[in-house]
Amino acid sequence: MIDIEKEAARIAEQGESAPRLARDPVNQPMINNWLEAIGDEHPGYTEVAPPAMVQVWTMAGLHGQRTLDDPLGAMMTILDEAGYTSVVATNSDQTYHRYLKVGEHLSVTTSLEDVTGPKKTGLGEGWFVTTRSTWWVGDEAVAEMRFRVLKFKPARKPEPKPETPRAQAIRPSVNRDTEYFWEGTRLGELRIQRCGGCGLLRHPPGPMCPECGATKPKYLVSEGYGVVYSYVVHHHPQVPGRQTPFVIALVELDEGVRMLGELDGEPSIGRRVEVVFTKVDDELTMPSWRPRADR
Amino acid sequence: MNAAIVGIGATDFSKDSGRSELQLAAEAVRAALQDAGLEPSDVDGLVSFTMDTNAEIAVARELGVPELTFFSRVHYGGGAACATVQQAAMAVETGAAKVVVCYRAFNERSGHRFGQVQSAAAANIDNSWSYPMGLGTPAAMVAMFARRYMHEYGATSEDFGRIAVIDRKHAATNPHAWFHDRPITLDDHQSSRWIAEPLRLLDCCQESDGGVALVVTSAERARDLPNKPAHVRAATQGSSVDQFTMTSYYRDDLTRLPEMGVVARGLWEKSGIGPSDVDVAVLYDHFTPFVLVQLEELGFCGRGEAKDFVASGALELDGTLPLNPHGGQLGEAYLHGMNGIAEGVRQIRGTAVNQVAEVEHVLVTAGTGVPTSGLVLGQG
Ligand SMILES: [Zn+2]
Repeated sequence: MIDIEKEAARIAEQGESAPRLARDPVNQPMINNWLEAIGDEHPGYTEVAPPAMVQVWTMAGLHGQRTLDDPLGAMMTILDEAGYTSVVATNSDQTYHRYLKVGEHLSVTTSLEDVTGPKKTGLGEGWFVTTRSTWWVGDEAVAEMRFRVLKFKPARKPEPKPETPRAQAIRPSVNRDTEYFWEGTRLGELRIQRCGGCGLLRHPPGPMCPECGATKPKYLVSEGYGVVYSYVVHHHPQVPGRQTPFVIALVELDEGVRMLGELDGEPSIGRRVEVVFTKVDDELTMPSWRPRADR
Repeated sequence: MNAAIVGIGATDFSKDSGRSELQLAAEAVRAALQDAGLEPSDVDGLVSFTMDTNAEIAVARELGVPELTFFSRVHYGGGAACATVQQAAMAVETGAAKVVVCYRAFNERSGHRFGQVQSAAAANIDNSWSYPMGLGTPAAMVAMFARRYMHEYGATSEDFGRIAVIDRKHAATNPHAWFHDRPITLDDHQSSRWIAEPLRLLDCCQESDGGVALVVTSAERARDLPNKPAHVRAATQGSSVDQFTMTSYYRDDLTRLPEMGVVARGLWEKSGIGPSDVDVAVLYDHFTPFVLVQLEELGFCGRGEAKDFVASGALELDGTLPLNPHGGQLGEAYLHGMNGIAEGVRQIRGTAVNQVAEVEHVLVTAGTGVPTSGLVLGQG
């Protein structure tokens, strides 16, 4: 186990890093670029630099490396090793003692002020690391900055939910009038009730034909093809046995009746679909839809 | 009809009432009787919803109502709302009872929430063609109609959103409304999350705890009571061909609510008025798309024209058909339509917070997508 507080105290004790000289002196082309990037149209920045640019002058550059005595770098390394691998800057307070003039050559020193933790944050458990930097022109301190970062262990992403077993899905009630349908799905047949008297096709089914009054329902086996008549993309709330979002389509079968079912695919009204059967257990096989390429 | 609503009462509308449903019912009924200037001992009839958990006898016990000669329940969820008044009015007309109280009380937010998937509902054989397929919430069931309606008439999510904006606008100035002082914009609606596409969160009414009660008696008796009566000009129920509860998907046309068409025909015929005579419309608004379809079924505009009718501003308080001045269920509270009837009574009395000028007739409708009911209330 790395003792973070002890390591922090050691680094803090080393005090200020050696002055690190800026790559270039304060210069007008860089001031102009910065003003343009920030969108600052203040006309006063000729010969003097905007104070907020102070950090720019001592940036290490694209391929720069931290100096060995840089306390922030040292502390980051320790926290990395302790498993706090992610970083986010949280505060930066700058104090400017005077304007910087073109031609002045800055250097910067940094000390470790404070390391506190471990703290629980929205991002995960972490340590707040505070450093203090001072910019110098020769012996004159011209600006200071207190800089705080959160070095954290990224909160573990919630485990992807285990595939919700179909078995948790709501089961249909089955009675004398409807058992032919569920018998069919078990056999891989999509059955549509057909009146034994007048031949009326009907879904959902019932015991007495509303056309002729016959009570001798039979069925035909659908080809299993149809078009999406309407659909819903369900987002909230959670539905037992399903992962949101999912699509439920009202399909008009080629035989002429409509039937609801989940649609595995991009929905659109008029889209051609075909039936799929999914076995839940020995008792129950659910019909659903999948898109079908146009012939 | 020879009957009038002479008393209205309600509890506070909340998200957690902190009391039993029976207490909510008893409080609402007591408040309604007080408003009517009547005593529990005057009551001899009680009507509620089949879905209500409060038995008539339990409510009678709490109120100290000694004898009942008429008690009845109406089926199909919110579709029962106006039908409770129909039951009461018929009881009064036939002499089955003299003073009938209609009530509905629930902890629909803190207790049993209708918006969740009710696995137990699949025990109903009709629901076995929808729930096991993943279609298990009222929002999703309405969304299936809404998608087809959009497809056929070119309506958009924004057209639905305008209903929510109007309701919330009216609720904003109603201190009794849950969404008092909290109006929304169409942008708010458009940026609200999907619940069941094409329905967004703000297309769906809130969930509420509370109770509402209405006192119905004869027109003659109403004359001796303190409040201006709201006369029941017409009350009717409606169910139509190949009717299901929320999933009438097997009819030729999915863009209509023919059961509301049955109600409309009954109301216009019995009241002798027509759509142009309606001064205030309290339309059931659990989900916005069905407000558009109702406008068409009731004859306020042609098929597929509701989106233009709504966009014209007709439903504003100063429009030709002020809609839900109390804020509806989207804005005031979801009390299964009963709070809308109370608002109708206030509009007739002239005591509503968002009072429309010179109200002669108020139309009230009940739950949509289910077998339903409607009322025309009028001045004496
Ligand atoms: Zn037949």
